[in-house]
This record gives sequence, structure tokens and C-alpha cells, in this order.
Amino acid sequence: MTALLHQIFSGLATGGIYASVALALVLIYQATHLVNFAQGEMAMFATYIAWALVQAGLPYWPAFLLTLAIAFAGGVVIERVIIRPFDKAPVLASVCVFIGLLSIFNSLAGFIFTYTIKSFPSPFAEKAWYGTRFMSPHEVGEIAVTLAMLVLVYAFFRFTPLGLAMRAAAQNPVSSRLVGIRVGWMLALGWGLAAAAGAVAGMMAAPIVYLEPNMMGGILLYGFAGALLGGIDNPWGAVLGGFIVGVLENLAGGYVVGPDLKLTAALIIIVGVLVVRPSGLFGYRIVTRV
Amino acid sequence: MTALGYTQAAAPTRQVAGLSVSAWRRIGLGAALALALIVPFWASSYHTFQFTLVVVYAIALMGLNLLTGYNGQISLGHGAFYAIGAYVTAVLVQKAGVPYWATVPVAGLVCLGAGFLFGLPALRLEGLYLALATFALALVTPQILKFKNFATWTGGVQGILMDKPDAPWGLPLDSDQWLYFFCLALALPLFWAARNLVASRTGRAMVAIRDHPVAAATMGVSTALTKSLTFGVSAFYTGIAGSLGGIVVGFVAPDSFSILLSLSFLVGVVVGGLASIWGALFGALFVVFVPNYADQISDLLGERAKALPWAIYGVLLIAFMYLMPTGVVGMLRTAAARLVEGAGRGRSLGKPGA
Amino acid sequence: MISRRRLLQTTAASAAALATRSLRAWAANAPGVTDKEIKIGQTMPYSGPASSYGAIGKAELAYFKKVNDEGGISGRMINLLSLDDGYSPPKTVEQIRRLVEQDGVAFIFQSLGTPSNSAIQKYLNDRKVPQLFVATGATKWNDPKRFPWTMGWQPNYQTEAHIYAKYLLADKPDAKIGILYQNDDYGKDYVIGLKDGLGDKAKTMIVKEESYETSDPTIDSQIVSLQSSGADTFLNATTPKFAAQAIRKSYDIGWKSLHFLNNVSISVGSVLTPAGLEKSAGVITADYRKDPTDPRWKDDAGYKQWLEFMKKYMPDADLADNDHPYGMMAAMTLVQVLKQCGNDLSRENIMKEAANLHDLEMPMLLPGIKINTSADNFAPIKQMQLQRFNGKSWELFGEVLSG
Repeated sequence: MTALLHQIFSGLATGGIYASVALALVLIYQATHLVNFAQGEMAMFATYIAWALVQAGLPYWPAFLLTLAIAFAGGVVIERVIIRPFDKAPVLASVCVFIGLLSIFNSLAGFIFTYTIKSFPSPFAEKAWYGTRFMSPHEVGEIAVTLAMLVLVYAFFRFTPLGLAMRAAAQNPVSSRLVGIRVGWMLALGWGLAAAAGAVAGMMAAPIVYLEPNMMGGILLYGFAGALLGGIDNPWGAVLGGFIVGVLENLAGGYVVGPDLKLTAALIIIVGVLVVRPSGLFGYRIVTRV
Repeated sequence: MTALGYTQAAAPTRQVAGLSVSAWRRIGLGAALALALIVPFWASSYHTFQFTLVVVYAIALMGLNLLTGYNGQISLGHGAFYAIGAYVTAVLVQKAGVPYWATVPVAGLVCLGAGFLFGLPALRLEGLYLALATFALALVTPQILKFKNFATWTGGVQGILMDKPDAPWGLPLDSDQWLYFFCLALALPLFWAARNLVASRTGRAMVAIRDHPVAAATMGVSTALTKSLTFGVSAFYTGIAGSLGGIVVGFVAPDSFSILLSLSFLVGVVVGGLASIWGALFGALFVVFVPNYADQISDLLGERAKALPWAIYGVLLIAFMYLMPTGVVGMLRTAAARLVEGAGRGRSLGKPGA
Repeated sequence: MISRRRLLQTTAASAAALATRSLRAWAANAPGVTDKEIKIGQTMPYSGPASSYGAIGKAELAYFKKVNDEGGISGRMINLLSLDDGYSPPKTVEQIRRLVEQDGVAFIFQSLGTPSNSAIQKYLNDRKVPQLFVATGATKWNDPKRFPWTMGWQPNYQTEAHIYAKYLLADKPDAKIGILYQNDDYGKDYVIGLKDGLGDKAKTMIVKEESYETSDPTIDSQIVSLQSSGADTFLNATTPKFAAQAIRKSYDIGWKSLHFLNNVSISVGSVLTPAGLEKSAGVITADYRKDPTDPRWKDDAGYKQWLEFMKKYMPDADLADNDHPYGMMAAMTLVQVLKQCGNDLSRENIMKEAANLHDLEMPMLLPGIKINTSADNFAPIKQMQLQRFNGKSWELFGEVLSG
């Protein structure tokens, strides 16, 4: 029984990381109606920047905040300079651009920082009171941070005028412009926020998985699966999806098929759920009229 | 006479430099074919090998284009069908002693079935969700290939080695040249078939489903059947490509078929041009040669930049997309249209004020 | 310095041997060999899932630059063409064909990866191109009868696992073993080697086997499974990132075990420090190299020689990465072979001299471990020694063993 509990808690811990990535994906989807496949690599790169700042002597929290600012600015710049020209192009052209960005960030990180793994500090003390045998203090803290981000994102989109403007710009750019919303800047803002959220995800993941250029590949995959499982247009759903994927992955490996087919089992289950509920567990069903 | 003062000529017969557009097309086709036939004789063995890979990837991209370009179903997992095709060939050749050329249609048919079966549940999924499902397929396939219970058949993580076939009937061709012609001989009818499929009723149904699924359904198109069939046919093409690829490289292993392969297929289709037959060829050229160019460019930057080729590849890809968002074929079409339009307008502007 | 003198001695001995050998038909030099240069090729995973091993290629490039700066091999500069194959066998085939057919290299040196080398082994042997010192620990490269042109270099993974098995059979015959391995040829080789080494007792001693893919973000779930299986001995066949995770997680969940760590991931600087030095105390491994981040080698002559090389030729590199000494020593082995060839740089002779290494010592090999090859022994390094981590550095114990 303890083994089962242990697997579940361990799954929740990794699920927290997936959930934070899922949140970043939802952010960018709600702002642009596209899923940014380069999100993981951008998050990894931002985490390296944070690492470099810490190496240079900056204490953790100032480095954290400065990285968020840099990531935000980076996201805005990328959107305006690289993504903007593909506004009118077919969606798949943008997907190719994301693949290109992915290659660039991954390669650059390897070139600048080499491929040896690096430790990344955690803001949560090693022996804090809220750590247990099942979950280290950092894992607890990371889940808390993810949930806090979720609340912030939800509140932002739901209760602030800016959030409303962003959602409008993504859903109906033409009408939004007529109402006076600066659609271009809304998109850029969306990218900036998503990049910052990704940076948080990376900085929370790195102490657990260790910082190296290929760190986010697997995490992005599970985050993507989690976001879709929960519903890509629903931040609550996406976060829940991330947690579910984390636990599912652990249980599938431990109890269903054995570790050799863990990935297979987890993905089959997820796709199975999607076939039954095609917009995700909590997504909004789109009904089209001719 | 219009107020603007120029004669509205009769609809121009769309001629450029004295020949009609379709005549130009035929000339282009003939030239390409002639070029393709002489390649193995003036190129080195190594380059012939590379061009054989181009032909193989072109077949794979043709399959993906049918699904994603013409039918609008995005697939991030065609690497899986490529892998299945390659493994069918490898297993049949090494474990069952089947001659290599006989395994190609078998691989195609197996993938036809697999694609159709996958397409059925995928009917419920759209856009991103379908992308995830196909992405999952691409990730799951190598793991299944590695699975130890199948290892006696699949060779597990070690993979399967195959002998390179020699030219039959004592033809004066070396192995590389023979394989090139073998692949080309298969590619030509496949392309011709794809072209006919696209121009047929089914092809129009495919495009209709892509552009307006609800309207298509109301017009009597059997959406479910068409979409699943398209998946199957698309997998058939890619499976044949995988089988040929396995024969040409001579080795299959789960590591050869990572998610990167599926992503390069997608890139190839977009760069070549969605919803076009020729796009597959241009896309294949991009996929085979551009990483090598990125390598050479990064060499100029010195030895420290060993991993940088992929950053350069990313930059090249983005630049390509920026210059040709509708792919090479899209750009060629736009250029051709301008040429024709220009020629047409040139004629009708002949007599101002008359 | 001991090793340099030894090198000179072996060179002198080999030169004498060559001179006294009866003259046979002098074979033409290999393609890629001119009076001014020796052109050789390799593929390395500079991108993709195994990209951390790219450091090996970079170290080799740097070492050859040093050799060239010092005059090359009898005036010939070594020109290593090192291409990226992304750890994908079809790409490896393409790049190797380019190196052999287009660039005309003399031979292939230290290509990395088991599937990659498997894909090109037949091609190179058919064309009689030496596939020297392949950079993988798979067991299949020591087969001079079937593949006379292929030679390995490092001790293979099964040999290492045999050493662990022998230790367990002698010291802890009632151990309950849990294995964590990477789901590819590298990880599986350890499992096979351990089972082989334990013989009949494998079935009763091994209680759990857990695997992972390199795309898995963490292996926490596998560690939890291993603990709950009741295992009290742990074979950790993982690459650095996962090894560090495994060490840390085992400690954090309170799983006390006799922990065998495979020697791919034993670097104090890049694995044990991120995992936590106190958490790594007690871990055992069998290795053939000196760990550059281990403080015990601070005053060692071989270590100093390596450090000097790194400072001059790879000043920006991460000194904690033990791929660099690996690359340097493989390159040094090749230099020795080329020197032994003298003026006959045909492919046949290169292969012959590669199979003619006797008691070759290297600066970063553990004391007592030497390189030896012969006509039916294509495994240059076969010896290893067990060592235990004491929280600060690796302590050797027992004698030098052959697996």
C-alpha cells in the first residue's frame, strides 16, 4: 500500500512540472490559437540564464525575477520579429517556424553551456518542515507554485480587462480591432507571458531533473498531452491534465504494463480518453454551423 | 471601348514565350525525368546514394502530403509508418528469406491496414488533438520495436542488418545505381497514381473535407470513409518509402525512427509545398541536403561550433518559411502566375485608345 | 615521466621488430595519406539524445591539434574529419559513405554508438577500411575472425557487469538485486552481463528490473518500484543525468542498498556533486580511468599532464566532464599505432599495428591498467579496478581485475 501511495505522490510531483508546462501552453494557445512547440526549449534556455545569473553571484530570488523579466522580453521580441510575419501564412508554416526555433535554442544552449548536467538551486530548503518521505520540500513547493500560477492566470484572463482583450484578440482579431484592441500587442503580450510561465516551469523542474539542454523534451511531451487531456482552452483543465498524466505515467509503469512499455501505455490511455471526449476532459465543445 | 481607353482583348490563351502553360509543364516534366535518369551515371556512388534517399523521402512525403496537404489531417507521426514499412522488409528478408523486392508491396499493404485502423479512432480528433495522437504514435513505435518480447522478430535494440542487393540479370550497374533505378521505377507510378487520385472524385472529396467538412458532408461525401481511406493510402506510401529506405541503408534499428524523423517529414511537406505533387520532391531535397549545408556553414565558424549546425538549420528553415510560406511549389506557382499574367496583360495593352 | 618513457620504449621495440621482420610486398599507402597529412574520419552525436558524448570528438580534435603543433607523425599532420550523425544510424551510414567515398579518408576512428557502428560495420569490412577503436562498450567489437577490420577500445559493459557479479557471488551471495537500466543496447548489455556473470543464481538473485527511456523526465517512479521490491543491492546502469537522479532519489526515500554505479556515470564533478556528495557515499564502481574531478589525483603526474593539455588546447571546456580524458587517451592510442606504422601507412599495416600494442600506458588510466592487443585480441583495454566513493573521492580496493 505504501508503494502505491508513494507512486501516486511521486506522480503528483512530476505532474506538477507537467502542469506548469501545460499552463504555459494554454497561455500561448489562448493568446494566439497556436501551440508553440518551442516552449520547452525556450523554458530551458531561460533556466540556463537564471543559472548563469546565480553563478555570477546573484541570490536566488533576484535571479528568478530577473529571468522572468528577460524571458518576458524575449517572448515579446520573438513574437514581433519572428512570428509576426507569419500572421497570414498557413498554420503549418508557423509550426515549421516553431520547429526552427526549437532547433536554434537547443543547439545554442548546448554550444554555450555544454552538455554536462548542472545543479540548479531550489528556493525551498532541503530539510523544510513540509517535506515528507514521499515528497521532498522542493516537490511540495513546486506544486504550490504551479497552483499559484494557475490562480494568477485564471484571474488574469477572467477578471482583468487586459486578459479579456487578449482572449478577444485571439478569438476574433477583426472584431477586436474594430473595438480598439491593439491585436498585435496582445499577441506579443501573450508570448511574453507564456515565455515567463515557461521560465517558471523550467526553474521549478531543473532542481529535480537537472539542468541540461535536452531537459525539457520529455517534459514538453507530457505537458502537451496533459494540456490536451484537460482541454487546451481551459487553464484549470490543463493543470489537472498535467497532474493526471504524471500519476498515470507512474501507475502505468508500476502496475499496468511494466516499465518497458510505460510510455506506450500512458499515451494509449491519453489518446483513448481523447477519442471518447475529443475536446479533452474539461475543454469547450466547438459546435460548427455551416 | 472602356473609359480607361484600352481594348479589352479576348481572354488571352495564356501563353508564355510562345508555348502554352501545359506545354511548359510537359517540358519541365520531361527535363526532370531525363535528369533523373542520368544522375547515377555522372554522380559518384555516394551522391547516387543520397539521391536514392531523396527519391525514398519523396515517396514518404507524397504520402504525408495526401493526408495533411490535401485532406487537412495533420500528422506528426508518419515516422511510425516509415518504421513499420522498414521493419516489415527487414524481418521478411532476414527471418523469412523473402527476396527484398517482394517485401515492398507487403510493407505497403501492412501500412495501408495500419493507417486505416489508426485513422478510424482518429476520426473523432481534430487539429491539435490529432497532432497529439499522431505524435504519440511516433513515440510509441520505437518503444514497441524495442520491446523484449518481440526481440526474436525485431532484433530488439540491436536492430536488423540486411545485405545490399546487387543488380539482377547481370546488368552492368553497381549496387547503388541499381537501387536508385529500383526506387525511381517504383516512385514514378506512385506519383502518377497520386496525381490521378488527387484529380479524381475522391481527391476532390478529400479537398472538400479539408476546406469545409460540414458542407462536404451535406453534399453527400462520406467523411468518415474518405478520411480513413486517406489515412490508409497515406500510410501505404510512407510504408513503401520505409521499406525502400531500409533496403537502401541496409540497417534498421529503433533509434533510426525517432520523433525527429516525423518532424522532418512535416518540415519537408511544408517546405516543398502543401497540396502539391511536386512539393514532395522539393521537400525531399530539403530534408536530405539542407542539414549537410548547415554542417558546412557551421564548419566555417570553427571547430568549437560542433553542435551549431542545428541552430543554423533552424535559421535556414525560418528563412525558407519567411521567403516561401506556401512552400517551393507555392512560390513557383505564384511566379508562374505572374509570368502568365504579365504576358497576358502585355498583349491586351497593345492598343491604347483604339 | 613513466608513461612517456614507456611510450618511447614500446616505440623503439616496435621499430626494431619492424626492421627485423622479413620484407614483404610493400602495400600502397591508404587513400587520404600523403607526405603532408593523414586524413581520417569519424561520426559523433553532436546533436540529438546522445549529444553529451560530443565532448569526446572535441577532445580528439584538440589532441590531434597538439600532435600537429609538435610536428605531427613524422611530418604528417593528422586531419580528423568529425561529422555529426545525431545518433541516427541512417545518418551515420550517409556520413561514413561520404567520408570514405567522397573525402577519401584513410580509416574511421572512434565513431560513437552501438547502432551507428553496427550499421556501418559490414560496409567498412567489405571495403577493407579500418574501423578503429569504436567508441562504444558493446561486446560485439572483439571479433577478429568475422570482422578483421573492426576494433573496440574501452572495456565493454558486459565485462564490467561480470566484475560486479563476481564480487557479489563472493561477498554477498544472498543479495537481492534490483536493476535500473536505459532501454537501449548500452543498458541492456549490463543486464545481460550481470545475468551471465551470476550464472544459475541470476534467477534467484535478481528481484526487479526497471528500465527507462532517455525521453523520460525522471526515473523517480522506477526507484520507488525498486525499493518496494525489497531489493538490497542496486545495479545502476544509467547515463549521468539519470544516475544523479537515481542516487539522490534513493537517498531521499531512505532506500539503503549496495549501490553499483556503471562507469559511464561516475564523474565526481558532473554526477556525484549534483546528486549530493553525502548521498553518493558508499557507491561502488569498476573503472579503468582516473576521474579528473577526484581530488586524490591532484598531484599525480598523469593528471597534471592531462590538465596541461586541457588548459592549452581546450581552455573553455568543462574540466568535470570525463569524456575529455577518454577522448584524449583514444587519440593517444591512435598516435601510437600510427607511429608504429612508420612509413607504411597502408590500411593493412595500420590494422596490423593496431593489433600489435603491448603494455601501453596512458596518463589517465588507473595505475596497473595497460593497453594490449594481438591478432586474436581486439579489445585493447580489458582491465578494471573496483573503487568505492567515500564522500570525497573514489577509493580503489582489491586488485586490478580482468572481466
